[in-house]
Amino acid sequence: FYLTPAQVNSILKANEYSFKVPEFDGKNVSSVLGFDSNQLPANAPIEDRRSAATCLQTRGMLLGVFDGHAGCACAQAVSERLFYYIAVSLLPHETLLEIENAVENGRALLPILQWHKHPNDYFSKEASKLYFNSLRTYWQELIDLNSGETTDVREALINAFKRLDNDISLEAQVGDPNSFLNYLVLRVAFSGSTACVAHVDGVDLHVANTGDSRAMLGVQEEDGSWSAVNLSYDHNAQNEHEVERVKMEHPRSEEKSLVKQDRLLGLLMPFRAFGDVKFKWSIDLQKRVVESGPDQLNDNEYTKFIPPNYHTPPYLTAEPEVIHHKLRPQDKFLVLATDGLWETMHRQDVARIVGEYLTGVHHQQPIAVGGYKVTLGQMHGLLTERRARISSVFEDQNAATHLIRHAVGNNEFGTVDHERLSKMLSLPEELARMYRDDITIIVVQFNSHVIGAYQNEE
Amino acid sequence: AAGMFLRLLSDIQWRAAHPKWRRMTRSQRSTSTTAEPHPVSLPAQAQVVICGGGIMGTSVAYHLSKMGFKDIVLLEQGRLAAGTTRFCAGIVSTARPVSIELKMAHYSNKLYQQLEQETGVQTGYMKTGSISLAQTQDRLISLKRIASSLNVMGIPCEIISPKKVLQLHPLINIHDLVGAMYVPEDALVSSANVSLALATAASRNGVQIHERTSVSHVTIQKGRVTGVETDRGRIQCEYFVNCAGQWAYELGHSGEEPIHIPVHACEHFYLLTHPLQEPLSSSLPTIVDPDGRIYIRNWQGGILSGGFEKNPKPLFTEGRNQLEIQNLQEDWDHFGPLLSALLRRMPGLEALQIMQLVNCPESFTPDMRCIMGESPTARGYFVLAGMNSAGISYGGGAGKYLAEWIVNGYPSENVWPLDLKRFGTLQSSRTFLRHRVMEVMPLMYDLKVPRWDFQTGRQLRTSPLYDRLDAQGARWMEKHGFERVKYFVPPGSDLLDLDHSKTFYKPDWFDIVGSEVKCCKEAVCVIDMSSFTKFEISSTGDQALESLQYLFSNDLDVPVGHVVHTGMLNEKGGYENDCSIARLSKRSFFMISPTDQQVHCWAWLKNRLPDDSNLVLEDVTWKYTALNLIGPRAVDVLSELSYAPMTAEHFPSLFCKEMSVGYANGIRVMSITHTGEPGFVLYIPIEYALHVYNEVMNMGQKYGIRNAGYYALRSLRIEKFFAFWGQDLDAFTTPMECGREFQVKLDKGMEFLGQEVLLEQKQNGVYKRFTMFILEDHDTDMDLWPWWGEPIFRNGRYVGKTTSSAYSYTLERHVCLGFVHHFDEKTGEKLVVTTDFINQGEYEIDIAGQRFQAKAKLYPFSSLFTQRRRKDEVELSGYQRE
Repeated sequence: FYLTPAQVNSILKANEYSFKVPEFDGKNVSSVLGFDSNQLPANAPIEDRRSAATCLQTRGMLLGVFDGHAGCACAQAVSERLFYYIAVSLLPHETLLEIENAVENGRALLPILQWHKHPNDYFSKEASKLYFNSLRTYWQELIDLNSGETTDVREALINAFKRLDNDISLEAQVGDPNSFLNYLVLRVAFSGSTACVAHVDGVDLHVANTGDSRAMLGVQEEDGSWSAVNLSYDHNAQNEHEVERVKMEHPRSEEKSLVKQDRLLGLLMPFRAFGDVKFKWSIDLQKRVVESGPDQLNDNEYTKFIPPNYHTPPYLTAEPEVIHHKLRPQDKFLVLATDGLWETMHRQDVARIVGEYLTGVHHQQPIAVGGYKVTLGQMHGLLTERRARISSVFEDQNAATHLIRHAVGNNEFGTVDHERLSKMLSLPEELARMYRDDITIIVVQFNSHVIGAYQNEE
Repeated sequence: AAGMFLRLLSDIQWRAAHPKWRRMTRSQRSTSTTAEPHPVSLPAQAQVVICGGGIMGTSVAYHLSKMGFKDIVLLEQGRLAAGTTRFCAGIVSTARPVSIELKMAHYSNKLYQQLEQETGVQTGYMKTGSISLAQTQDRLISLKRIASSLNVMGIPCEIISPKKVLQLHPLINIHDLVGAMYVPEDALVSSANVSLALATAASRNGVQIHERTSVSHVTIQKGRVTGVETDRGRIQCEYFVNCAGQWAYELGHSGEEPIHIPVHACEHFYLLTHPLQEPLSSSLPTIVDPDGRIYIRNWQGGILSGGFEKNPKPLFTEGRNQLEIQNLQEDWDHFGPLLSALLRRMPGLEALQIMQLVNCPESFTPDMRCIMGESPTARGYFVLAGMNSAGISYGGGAGKYLAEWIVNGYPSENVWPLDLKRFGTLQSSRTFLRHRVMEVMPLMYDLKVPRWDFQTGRQLRTSPLYDRLDAQGARWMEKHGFERVKYFVPPGSDLLDLDHSKTFYKPDWFDIVGSEVKCCKEAVCVIDMSSFTKFEISSTGDQALESLQYLFSNDLDVPVGHVVHTGMLNEKGGYENDCSIARLSKRSFFMISPTDQQVHCWAWLKNRLPDDSNLVLEDVTWKYTALNLIGPRAVDVLSELSYAPMTAEHFPSLFCKEMSVGYANGIRVMSITHTGEPGFVLYIPIEYALHVYNEVMNMGQKYGIRNAGYYALRSLRIEKFFAFWGQDLDAFTTPMECGREFQVKLDKGMEFLGQEVLLEQKQNGVYKRFTMFILEDHDTDMDLWPWWGEPIFRNGRYVGKTTSSAYSYTLERHVCLGFVHHFDEKTGEKLVVTTDFINQGEYEIDIAGQRFQAKAKLYPFSSLFTQRRRKDEVELSGYQRE
């Protein structure tokens, strides 16, 4: 069984998406040129999600990757909802009032986000009303709390993450009269998701991370070479600070049982996550909800199972770590990706491959005829060959696709091996998960001219 | 490279005849940049100073001097014919879709043909003919349309089969062709030499030419050109002509008061080869393959081939020095697709050796038409630039028209489509120009179907209702930067389909517009018409009335609250503008004119109104949103909203009153609709726009109100034989020629501009007559649709062209409007056109070579005017515009 290059391409490109910020959108010149994103499933269905949107009532752009576990319900919900929570947290008091008044009076709402979605990135229609009501409660509280202070992005991100996780938990506890929705909110709460979200506004880049997805900045050094700068810390057993944090939050008596086999309570890889109420709720609450829940939930061994050594919940939080970075002209791109990428590729290689991809086209020497004797046919052949070369090296129109091609198909020499690529992509569903994880990547490209201009202003 | 250019500039004998230049130009004409002394000092003053020594500048100098102007100075910052002109491919082609451009090219061709004999300078003129190829049926239709208009101008032209193409040009691969257009009299020239020949003749006629002299800026005082500052001193002058090509924009902006000239350069590539083994004949026709985006001409035994690629490279957005034009790089990767197209068209050329890929920037304009005329803000400041890479084709004719403009006050033809005043300051944004020319350059060879719209540089000027209308399915077009609704796509329609309504046949919005028209006839529709130009003229005493009575042809001394349709005529009685004027009070007037009149009409009035601080002219276009309520139920909607009776007894036709609508006060309501249907136009201060719109839509619901767009308006006005300015009416059309004598105060004993000509026409008759044609044997579903510019035949003989057309949903026929002439059968001389002449002919309209029978009418169908209000006040032949 063997996939042709065209078949390989159609698999790799099935989920690719590109967005180019208009050169001049009439409002402001953006520090973001655009982004490429893509995902390659290993699970069926894929448990990763991605989101990208432009904030319409404040400045800035939001991008995020979400790695779900124990199903995709939580990652799906977070991918639909988190950006609204962030956008609302960033809104000034007056805008919140305006929106509330509009809802109150049944007028059209100000649009808050402009989504940049691949056709496969869907939103749940059934739950939109429920989600909206929770969001509205949040902004109503923000209106009541009116601190009069300008909103700090870091704080807004942290608040939004915590609030959404809280709402997910509450919705599951309260339930819903509609049986479909009731089951949905429970699935969301009992599954889990990491989140790695970037907010870019001019030269201010904030990355909020919960879990083990990762954000990395691609930097071009003066000599033209590429290096990587981490903009997030993995929340897993390899991170000493995380292990330390978890241990601090629970009694010494649990120290040994907290982290086993590099997993939280011997079960969970990421140390922070949305959902996963099994690691957050008390045993009583879990039992009560499961018992009163629908039969499907009761039949599910996983949800009924209480983690061992479960004494002092919560063990898990959705609170993100936020890193702020002032963009410089040498910062060319940002890669957000789920652990499926980082397991197979070193960040240094990621920086080099994306960097060379993004600039590669410009490195080709221009042709000059000069004094040589060249015929039209020869020139035509030469140009055709150059175009072919460009399209083979850069047959991907999308940096994320290019990266996935390398992640899946790289041989020991660091070049893409078609045979390997073909094998990896033709693995049967049940085997795929053994060889690779879901991979989701967003590559954001920055506009160095704009960033330079910002710098000069300051 | 230098050697090649020297060959292009082969003839240098002309200099011998002119000792005073010889010293300046003695050294090699190479790229040497060392400064040479200027032996001849600049004059302190001149009547005309021309800036730019390319084909445009030399052509203007040539024609001005021929027309008797003596005191002319031409300044060139580098060398004569050293800019774009030097690199120009030298193809003189008359196949132009715009009729005035076609006329310019035709004149240029005739001029260049005899230029060598006149001046003794070799111009390389060679009548090779040209063949435009069609790879698709649609392309062939567009060629047939051009062929029709060439033929009626007496320019030989035929549609030929692919086989015939092969006979004319043996190298062409014809397997993918469906046909072609052959224009046997098209020619090739060396454009630099044409330019030098024109300079030579001009110089003999006394024009002083100074090279290596840069104009730094033009001085303007009290709205008039007073002189030119150069790097070699100042020249006082009466007229200045900006022929600076790609630098016209910079030069316009260099003075204290900027002159906005919207041109922007793009890189343009063409290829030169060594001769073929058996050198190509110099009489081989030029090939234009628009579907392949290329042109190919013979060049010194080899070929010269270039094109207009899909992805142009704009340059000089920031403005640069001319010297850089020498150093532009060849870009083979960019040229690749054009090279492929060339080898596909002429596979036999594979072994031909490349000489060079020339990168020669061309300047483009926002609407693909060149720019000429006088600045609206500085009298005496003339412009001729932005040739959209057809400089050599237009050069002769454009120079002639501009010279006529300076000498006679206006060219001998209507050049409004090219007039600088069609643009305002808004088209002068660098970002706008950069984006727009990237669309314009590929458009050179794109298929141009009826009613296409530019996609870039949009949403510049909008009504406050824009978002509201857009959300209801509005599809937009643009006029003078203003977004206007074409029609509304009903919810549930297939949007994708509608965006591809590009066809020469029945478009897919046909039924949508039909239902809007129906609603206008039976209920009531709202059309946002905010784009119209609105002026207010007021004075402390009677100055406003007195001045306007002279400048406008209809009697404006009407009771307060009346609206008058009137022309704004020139000395020759032609329409400079066509407008509605409401008398707001004894001393103030509110004037509505077409959207693209904003700059032209302003300049016309400014230049002619007395310099009196008590007489105020104000542009209030932006202050009002205009809603046109069309239909029999408009009266009900409005009376319910205003609690005022709106019936004909209380609110007669052609009436204007300020009243309240909903909560909003001070709405100017006029009982006109621009369509002949009953209804009103509401001029609403913009802050009330949304409120009034909402009120009208809410109240209108029970009367079946709906939104409508300009396509519906257009169909309504054309079926009622309403002419509109800019399409049917122009500066060469008088009210007498379009049946509007009733809008002229000839019998009032009052003096007004254009009066003598009108009186003379009243006495002796007119030489053309505006006529309505109903297509008889035309199948709306199957046949090509008329657009405008279609030749009209009377008893088999050409008598004129259509100026606009639309489908009438009421008559269920196509209606074309156009002018009928009476050419003497033997001499071609224009004779008087009588009513009998019109009525006693059998007519045919030629759509892309196919003739359709048409019935001519001089008066509209009275049955179409549904509600006769008062017999004498029906808006018969009221003015109209789009």
